[in-house]
Amino acid sequence: MTQSNAARKSITTGEMGTAIAFAVLAFASIFIAAKAYTSEYAFHAYLFAAASAAAVFKIIDRYSSRPAEPPPLIIDGKPNYNMGPVKFSTVAAMFWGIAGFTVGLWAALELAFPVLNFDLAWISFGRLRPLHTSAVIFAFGGNVLIATSFYVVQRTCRARLAGDLAPWFVVLGYNFFILIAGTGYLLGITQSKEYAEPEWYADLWLTVVWIAYLLVFLGTLRRRTEPHIYVANWFYLAFILTIAVLHVGNNAAIPVSIFSPKSYIVWAGVQDAMVQWWYGHNAVGFFLTAGFLAIMYYFIPKRAERPVYSYRLSIIHFWSLIFLYIWAGPHHLHYTALPDWTQTLGMTFSIMLWMPSWGGMINGLMTLSGAWDKLRTDPVLRMMVVSVAFYGMATFEGPLMSIKAVNSLSHYTDWTIGHVHSGALGWVAYISFGAIYCLVPWLWNRERLYSLKLVSWHFWISTIGIVLYISSMWVSGILQGLMWRAYTNLGFLEYSFIETVEAMHPFYIIRALGGALFIAGALIMAWNLWKTVQSADLALSVASPALQPAE
Amino acid sequence: MSLWTKHYLLEKNSIFLVIGVLIVIAIGGLVEIVPLFYLRSTIEKVDGVRPYTPLELAGRNIYVREGCYNCHSQMIRPLRDEVERYGHYSLAAESMYDRPFQWGSKRTGPDLARVGTKYTDEWHRDHLASPKSVVPGSIMPAYPWLAATELDFAHIQDDLKVQAQLGVPYTPAMIEQAIADLKTQATTDAPTADELAKRYPNAQVRDFDGDPSRITEADALIAYLQQLGAQVNFKIYDDKANIR
Repeated sequence: MTQSNAARKSITTGEMGTAIAFAVLAFASIFIAAKAYTSEYAFHAYLFAAASAAAVFKIIDRYSSRPAEPPPLIIDGKPNYNMGPVKFSTVAAMFWGIAGFTVGLWAALELAFPVLNFDLAWISFGRLRPLHTSAVIFAFGGNVLIATSFYVVQRTCRARLAGDLAPWFVVLGYNFFILIAGTGYLLGITQSKEYAEPEWYADLWLTVVWIAYLLVFLGTLRRRTEPHIYVANWFYLAFILTIAVLHVGNNAAIPVSIFSPKSYIVWAGVQDAMVQWWYGHNAVGFFLTAGFLAIMYYFIPKRAERPVYSYRLSIIHFWSLIFLYIWAGPHHLHYTALPDWTQTLGMTFSIMLWMPSWGGMINGLMTLSGAWDKLRTDPVLRMMVVSVAFYGMATFEGPLMSIKAVNSLSHYTDWTIGHVHSGALGWVAYISFGAIYCLVPWLWNRERLYSLKLVSWHFWISTIGIVLYISSMWVSGILQGLMWRAYTNLGFLEYSFIETVEAMHPFYIIRALGGALFIAGALIMAWNLWKTVQSADLALSVASPALQPAE
Repeated sequence: MSLWTKHYLLEKNSIFLVIGVLIVIAIGGLVEIVPLFYLRSTIEKVDGVRPYTPLELAGRNIYVREGCYNCHSQMIRPLRDEVERYGHYSLAAESMYDRPFQWGSKRTGPDLARVGTKYTDEWHRDHLASPKSVVPGSIMPAYPWLAATELDFAHIQDDLKVQAQLGVPYTPAMIEQAIADLKTQATTDAPTADELAKRYPNAQVRDFDGDPSRITEADALIAYLQQLGAQVNFKIYDDKANIR
């Protein structure tokens, strides 16, 4: 024990305050559970109570076993990085990724073979599809963003992550939000606002977690020993800030009662539609783009061992991207009751957005100048470069589809689904896979991955999967769009709606096959990473790693 | 060169960077969202559009719970094929009481904006219990639990109260009578139907689920579906009044 040392061990205000807050939350949750209007809500309240009680216990347990002094910021002149939360998020990302892809496959199979709904409420397509989208975007993507941002901000600032309990609160609190959101959908607790389905209490919880995330990030930036903030951190910061604004704006709601999971949104009708797609499109723009561009700006230069192609381009890229993206939402509402001028503004800015998007793509790709040969030898780098190519493709297709004439055909069809997946699988997932392939050996002190050959297999299997997915959706989407508007030469609509549904069947099977291949690739990845961590002979022989072990 | 070095101000100071980002992202949203609360075309009032009855609102909440928006839109675009397939294009006013809006973004199934009165209650019952029984090629999941589950409307007054707080014109009488109104609407030949009609003009009153002995979730959902897009009488609607 360190009690005999000069420094007497005392509980910090942070530990005390957090423990008390969780204790209060635990009792409040039990009270709410007892009076809940529905059993589903009571279940969630008990989850909150259990998690809060566990948090109190963990804080006390941690206090009793920790040394009196807080962990040093610097050891032997090197920053004492806090990689525990990064490791947790990395593992969580892999777990949620595979879970989310699997739910997606099941949902795809339900469309091809509706018998798979099994007449069960909790796995019917309407409840499963939000589970899929939230699991891949917020659970998989979100954990990748938290893991990489906590890693990158520490390395590029050469400073330990700010906060003692705070980084763990962010990581665990975020994953608890995922748990509440996901189980909620299955139980029928949803706002039915696309990509913003969680109900008011989950939204409130996420708001608290997100503010903690922002504070940890800013606190670490303040500790930096480099005068300049690295470009990747600009993108992470814009992502964290904007998502906070969007989340609060879009989810402004009044609960029916504190004992009810149900709430009503303060916006209605056309205003709600505009707010929703201001949120929805910028969930794409800031969650799935700005955040992952930050990954591109750190991991590609690092892996290719080349500097970012152009510093000035990255400045232009950053400001023009975040300025233009916010305007693009109305292209989800073409020809609706939204006023024409708003639609046209949305379309115009969507087309302009093509330029910063490709500017960013060029900045990423050209970073490989002088290192193109590595694409042949390093499948991890190949995966990341292909992801940037997919980013380029998706950000060309997006402006194209935002043109009103094109949109009148593509909207409401599978073309949108295909477009989203070329971005989500090709860009977001691939850059995430690349980053995780880099991170795992770094975090667990391995000199390399267990097998680059398996990375190659992962790459090719999942690429075939993506191609099957997006090409089948192009065909089914355009086919259905054309069938809806087809006329006979007598001037009647040629097809009934159900005929257009029946025509989709073969493409739904091909799509499911593509999804299955993508999961197969992800499983290979998980195995490869597991072996990397497990193989002791891959351990770096550095005598004393500077990394602080997980707490 | 000088402009590039000016950027140092932002990249050397995290608070300036935060302020810069917030200003840049605020502009687009403000320009596009704020006017929608003032423009005539987005706050138009159209004859016939009224707040949902308690039963319809309960049905709408089931529609929301089951995530119907994942496959069904409620927004008919002013395109020839859509107007011929589904009916008059959707007006902004027709979703003015929708919290949240349910316009949707995908038509795996058909648009539902004007599905009201298009089919019989019996058709809806069969369709919800087993879609293939009435549409053999359908890929919609079956919802057999709706007709088997009694509707939980113990707290429906709270729902109306919150909506009233948000500006939906529910009167104190409507809130007071919410449970009675709900039961009335689900009863064929209800003696109190006139009362309901006074508060909610053109509300359809009958036993929707074919089981008069109890009020089920199917009652509520079908009541909601049967009024969708049927509130406005387009024979007398003046489409020049609110040009958009």
